[in-house]
Amino acid sequence: MTYAVKNLIDGHELIAFRIGDQEFCVNIMSVREIRGWTPATPMPHAPPHVLGVINLRGAVLPIIDMSQRLGMKRTEPTVRHVIIVAQVGPAAVGLLVDAVSDILTITDENIQPTPDIANETEKAYARGILAIEGRMICLIDLGVLFPHIESEAA
Amino acid sequence: MDMNEIKEIFFQECEEQLAELESGLLKLNDGDRDPETVNAVFRAVHSIKGGAGAFGLDDLVSFAHVFETTLDCVRSNKLEPTQDVLKVMLKSADVLADLTNAARDGGSVDEARSRTLIRELEALAHGETHAAEPAAPKPVAAASKPAEPAPVVAKPDVNDEGFQPIPFSFGDFDDEPAAQYVPTCQIVFRPNRELYAKGNEAVLLLRDLSRLGEMSVYCDMDRLPPLDKMNPEEAYFSWKVSVTTDKGEDGVRSVFEFAEWDCELDVRTIEEEIVGDAADDDEPPMQAVPFDLSLLEDGPAAGGEEEPVASESDAAAAIAAADTASKVAQVASRAAENAKAAAAAATAAQANQASAAGQTIRVDLDRVDRLINLVGELVINQAMLSQSVVENDNNGVSSINMGLEELQQLTREIQDSVMAIRAQPVKPVFQRMARTVREIADITGKSVRLITEGENTEVDKTVIDKLAEPLTHMIRNAVDHGLEMPEKREALGKNPEGTVRLTAKHRSGRIVIELADDGAGINREKVRQKAIDNDLIAADANLSDEEIDNLIFHAGFSTADKVSDLSGRGVGMDVVKRSIQALGGRISISSKPGQGSVFTMSLPLTLAVLDGMVVTVAGQTLVVPLTAIVETLQPEASAIHSFGASQRLISIRNSFCPLVDVGRILNFRSTQANPMDGVALLVESEGGGQRALMVDAIQGQRQVVIKSLEANYTHVPGIAAATILGDGRVALILDVDAVVAASRGQPLRQDISLAATG
Repeated sequence: MTYAVKNLIDGHELIAFRIGDQEFCVNIMSVREIRGWTPATPMPHAPPHVLGVINLRGAVLPIIDMSQRLGMKRTEPTVRHVIIVAQVGPAAVGLLVDAVSDILTITDENIQPTPDIANETEKAYARGILAIEGRMICLIDLGVLFPHIESEAA
Repeated sequence: MDMNEIKEIFFQECEEQLAELESGLLKLNDGDRDPETVNAVFRAVHSIKGGAGAFGLDDLVSFAHVFETTLDCVRSNKLEPTQDVLKVMLKSADVLADLTNAARDGGSVDEARSRTLIRELEALAHGETHAAEPAAPKPVAAASKPAEPAPVVAKPDVNDEGFQPIPFSFGDFDDEPAAQYVPTCQIVFRPNRELYAKGNEAVLLLRDLSRLGEMSVYCDMDRLPPLDKMNPEEAYFSWKVSVTTDKGEDGVRSVFEFAEWDCELDVRTIEEEIVGDAADDDEPPMQAVPFDLSLLEDGPAAGGEEEPVASESDAAAAIAAADTASKVAQVASRAAENAKAAAAAATAAQANQASAAGQTIRVDLDRVDRLINLVGELVINQAMLSQSVVENDNNGVSSINMGLEELQQLTREIQDSVMAIRAQPVKPVFQRMARTVREIADITGKSVRLITEGENTEVDKTVIDKLAEPLTHMIRNAVDHGLEMPEKREALGKNPEGTVRLTAKHRSGRIVIELADDGAGINREKVRQKAIDNDLIAADANLSDEEIDNLIFHAGFSTADKVSDLSGRGVGMDVVKRSIQALGGRISISSKPGQGSVFTMSLPLTLAVLDGMVVTVAGQTLVVPLTAIVETLQPEASAIHSFGASQRLISIRNSFCPLVDVGRILNFRSTQANPMDGVALLVESEGGGQRALMVDAIQGQRQVVIKSLEANYTHVPGIAAATILGDGRVALILDVDAVVAASRGQPLRQDISLAATG
């Protein structure tokens, strides 16, 4: 396992969420809160996966459609969707996902390397694959998904 | 806390002291002769000197010292603070400020200037010292002689303030005629309680004094009250010291340098004194005050600081004890009275100080900002709550509604008071302008008087910080271009001294700053000609007076025939206008030939909130800064003219103005909206041109709290910031200048880093 993966699962607790029929997870330490969907204010000239901004207790929080960001189809948000407020570097982003499915406690042995068949897009953000109770969960590196924020932090 | 932090505090205090110094000097300049004003000025310089000494800032100390010496002459009424004297002092205050800045930020100061001023200050100080010196010894001699025969009787005449010259046994003159002449200093040292409170120690000062030369000390315990009336923190003792030293009065004063403000100190040199049998000589007069040992024993609790000197007092007291029993009661009661009076005076002085200065605390700006943010949230949350209650409540008035109304009032009040924390008076900026005026007046050879009004008008700190630069520009212009030379003014029948008036006041939620001069006014012919020469206007353009006046705000415009160091390079007023606009302000000018010009700036009170027009564009709510909007209008079909392939113009009172569809520019819709369905906002942009921005509808006018987009996202072209409206939704604040620029064909930047990560 690489050093980067070790960092990502520091604490060995992950939050798993569902997009369509796939499951993904991020390190629980980067998640600040989980909240219901509220309509976002669209931003001019924003890329398609940026749904807009919402008011998070006074802070302006951009909302990212994770499905589109990961190269899948566009999400039509409903009240059943949830926003995972994640901290990436100095900034916060809201990740729109279908549902939060689980909190996982894992050990290093649970993580398998990303299979070779994946194309470049998936390879970039996927840090590994977890096999838990017959499910397959993809571990995501948020820093790769939002590099501009990371670079500002560096 | 490390040294740098302490130093930072010192410099912060320096700033305050410098402001105090300048305002005091200006008060004196206006004829204020209140000794307290002089004292305040002196204190300011002294504090700077003291702090600078602690940090080893020698330049600062030496200059402050000279300054202080001269001020001391004013304080002791030896030097009349005339206009000329004050001119030197104001310049000195400027140099002191420069030196302080140089000490903090590095860099250098104009040494020649400070040296000249040091010389001038010294000349002032000496000029009068010479005059005063011959007079000084006389009263001493005169006073001491009558006192000699009956010192005990003379004693009660001594008041708390004054120095009673100690009779120095002139009778012994004849005994030792051949003794060497060395000046002897008589010192009366009466510490206040503050001296001890600040950690100074009378004994240490006396010990330092003893190193100067042969010394004898007498402790005056007259003020010591009986034990039951004694305040353990009060200072009751005073000392009469005579030192035979070749260091002179200055040497003695330097010992008390850092204690001077917390004690009453009187130093006099008795030149005629014969040194020889000093100890013997001292004793008889020291015996003068009757004292009982028992009284001393009554008061051992007088405070630790007094004990070490008690032995010295013992000796004196013992000698006195024999013939004093009868007077003990009298002395004791007097001491008690004195102590009471002193305590009362101290209390009064403290009260005075408190009322004069006000109580302040130093708070980190970040903390205040955090508080302001939170209160902003509170206001928004409260609005959301009441909105949802109103929506769900069909029974009309309910107790919840009433409670919410009260909550609303409370939150508004909290918001106002929190905003007030950030608000600062414009005084420091105005004071800086006083200096600018002095300097320019010097360079141009004009005589100028700056009158400031409404210096206590408060405005947000960020606004204040950004106000100084444009104001300096304008003051320079007013003095350099506006005011005429004194001879010319006289010829015109005006006061040769020009007046520049700087006023600040609050007007309908904004601060209005006015700068008026009584100079020549704008020479419209010249401005017009210049504008034509510089291709700013057509030669046959028909302009109103007001339009001509406003030409001076154009970039690259200057009416001064020759370029001076001060102004005239044509980068003045357009910069001023731009920085005022950047603050969300407006500037206007009105000028009367021969009577002067008035520049009026209107600025928002804070940069944290903004007056905005809430509009709808393509289903989205946007906020347009009210300052940018000139007027709003409902376009009529007849006023819309197509121009080229896609451009449209709107005719407003016979002038054509490009129509800009905000929704199209921001990419909210792919086709241009029909102008007839919307509202046009006529805006004035930074470039000076007018544009009509098309929006779908106007929702209303509202004060909004500005939120950063960049904190969690990136800069969005065309959008200045975001805000949160009463319904809890984020609304974007339009960047009018960027939108106008985009309409000119400069596309809004598209590179958003989020987009780049595909």
